Amino acid sequence: MTLYTSLVQPFVEFGFMRRALVACLALGLGSGPIGVLLMLRRMSLVGDAMSHAVLPGAALGFLVAGLSLPAMGLGGLIAGLTVALLAGLVSRFTSLKEDASFASFYLTSLAAGVMIVSLHGSNIDLLHVLFGTILAIDDQAIYLVAGIASFTLLLLAVIYRPLVLECFDPGFLRAVGGRGSLYHVLFLLLVVLNLVSGFQALGTLMAVGMMMLPATAARFWATSLTALMLVSTLLATLAGLIGLIVSYHLGVASGPAIVLTASAFYGVSVLFGRSGLLRRFFSQPHLSN
Amino acid sequence: MTRIPLAAAVVFSLSVLSSLAHARPLEAVASFTVIADMVQTVGGEHVHVTSLIGPNGDPHVYEPTPADAQALRHADVTFVSGLHLEGWMDRLISASGYRGTPVVLSTGIKTRGMEEDGQQITDPHAWNSAANGVVYVRNIISALKQADPADAADFQANGERYIQQLQALDSYARTQVQAIPQAQRKVLTSHDAFGYFGDAYGVSFLSPLGFSTENEASAADVSTLIRQIKQEHVRAYFFENSGDPRLVKQIAAATGAQPGGELYVEALSPADGPAPTYAKMFRYNVDQLVAAMKASH
Repeated sequence: MTLYTSLVQPFVEFGFMRRALVACLALGLGSGPIGVLLMLRRMSLVGDAMSHAVLPGAALGFLVAGLSLPAMGLGGLIAGLTVALLAGLVSRFTSLKEDASFASFYLTSLAAGVMIVSLHGSNIDLLHVLFGTILAIDDQAIYLVAGIASFTLLLLAVIYRPLVLECFDPGFLRAVGGRGSLYHVLFLLLVVLNLVSGFQALGTLMAVGMMMLPATAARFWATSLTALMLVSTLLATLAGLIGLIVSYHLGVASGPAIVLTASAFYGVSVLFGRSGLLRRFFSQPHLSN
Repeated sequence: MTRIPLAAAVVFSLSVLSSLAHARPLEAVASFTVIADMVQTVGGEHVHVTSLIGPNGDPHVYEPTPADAQALRHADVTFVSGLHLEGWMDRLISASGYRGTPVVLSTGIKTRGMEEDGQQITDPHAWNSAANGVVYVRNIISALKQADPADAADFQANGERYIQQLQALDSYARTQVQAIPQAQRKVLTSHDAFGYFGDAYGVSFLSPLGFSTENEASAADVSTLIRQIKQEHVRAYFFENSGDPRLVKQIAAATGAQPGGELYVEALSPADGPAPTYAKMFRYNVDQLVAAMKASH
């Protein structure tokens, strides 16, 4: 097997592989930077919470419009945003920390969703239907994922400075008259949007992995925020590419293959990264001298 | 003197009991709509059937509710298709406190296995050939007779009529399919649910998922399938009413296969749909498949 047949030919021969790769690239562009910001804000687990929080919206969308992806996606988006906003509000204005309020709201939302599904009595596995697999990306899904990635990059470019300030020194932002809550809310909007896009491509279980694992791996290589975002995007896209090729040649399910590739990046980074374990324990020349 | 009233009382109370037993239909629970309909057809007015999974539901990944456990608890007799289709049923039965073991309707059919990812597994979709449907009906007849001997004659008569109907459907399917050239008898479906149908009537079914809807496809499966479809010139593809159609749509788009419509596999349609009973479902599937395979040339 030549390099061409093993790496390039699958994408040349099959449209579904090309579409999957484009979706991975778009996901990397959107989720990479968002994952880094989530990690830096110590909100790494919020993505997981949100993936449960979208259920009632998706269920309501299903009840209203039947098996329509736009209706269910929109419902999920609204439910996710509501949970994110409410949790953000409670943590801003009360003494409850953000993770605790997120936990309360997403669990409420999840239970409401399961309740709605069971009230309807239908046995169609809603989340399974709503959030597909990377191999079944159709035109509709690819426009959605690419649109969300573009919107994310544009909005991030617009609110980059105040958002970063809000992350690192909210007191200073307030002192210079910035509206911290606004940027926080916009950021949460981006988080939910990117998760919805990830769900379309990878399913609820795997989407968060594509968002967080490249970001945590990048932390071992880069220090500046810009570099972190670049490395994270690069790793996410690369994980998509390698995961797809592995799935193609070894016959393993694609979603887990992509996320496990990202996990492998993380493992390698923990060991060999610039601030990884090996450097820390074995190369300290300036101290040994 | 005292003996006669006693005897009369005994006779009277027995007749009351038997009329009570008669007034109250046998409570039967079936795991999904297809076999629920078969039990209803054989049982007629003497049996009240509850199907745990509703119309258009997927029996592979069902989440039981407390109402299901309650239905089971009050059941006089329960029916499953078996062959590991309803994996959730055993736990539900032990949790509900139902005494007795469910009647496994696939008992006695010749099962077909398939190698899937290196493991030998049995195809559970046995009812998709009408000849197997007859075996199901025979099992239903004997189970109902045992549960309610008083109405045995009715069960037998209903069952015989039903079996004749299914045998007619069986030969209908055979003649319909045989009118199509061998090379054209190929279709794409979303999961491997038509193996028995294919074996019985000579149609090849290709699908990206295995016997169960639960597993996720790999890029290798999908690409192999696309190549195969192109090579063998499969021109028609079908959805199933209980599954996610997107993957099979993608494969069809990549190969130029034409939509043949929706097939009913593991669940009947609601009463106003095209496949509200097992017999209608079978005929509907045959007609859909035959039309698509004919058109594909």
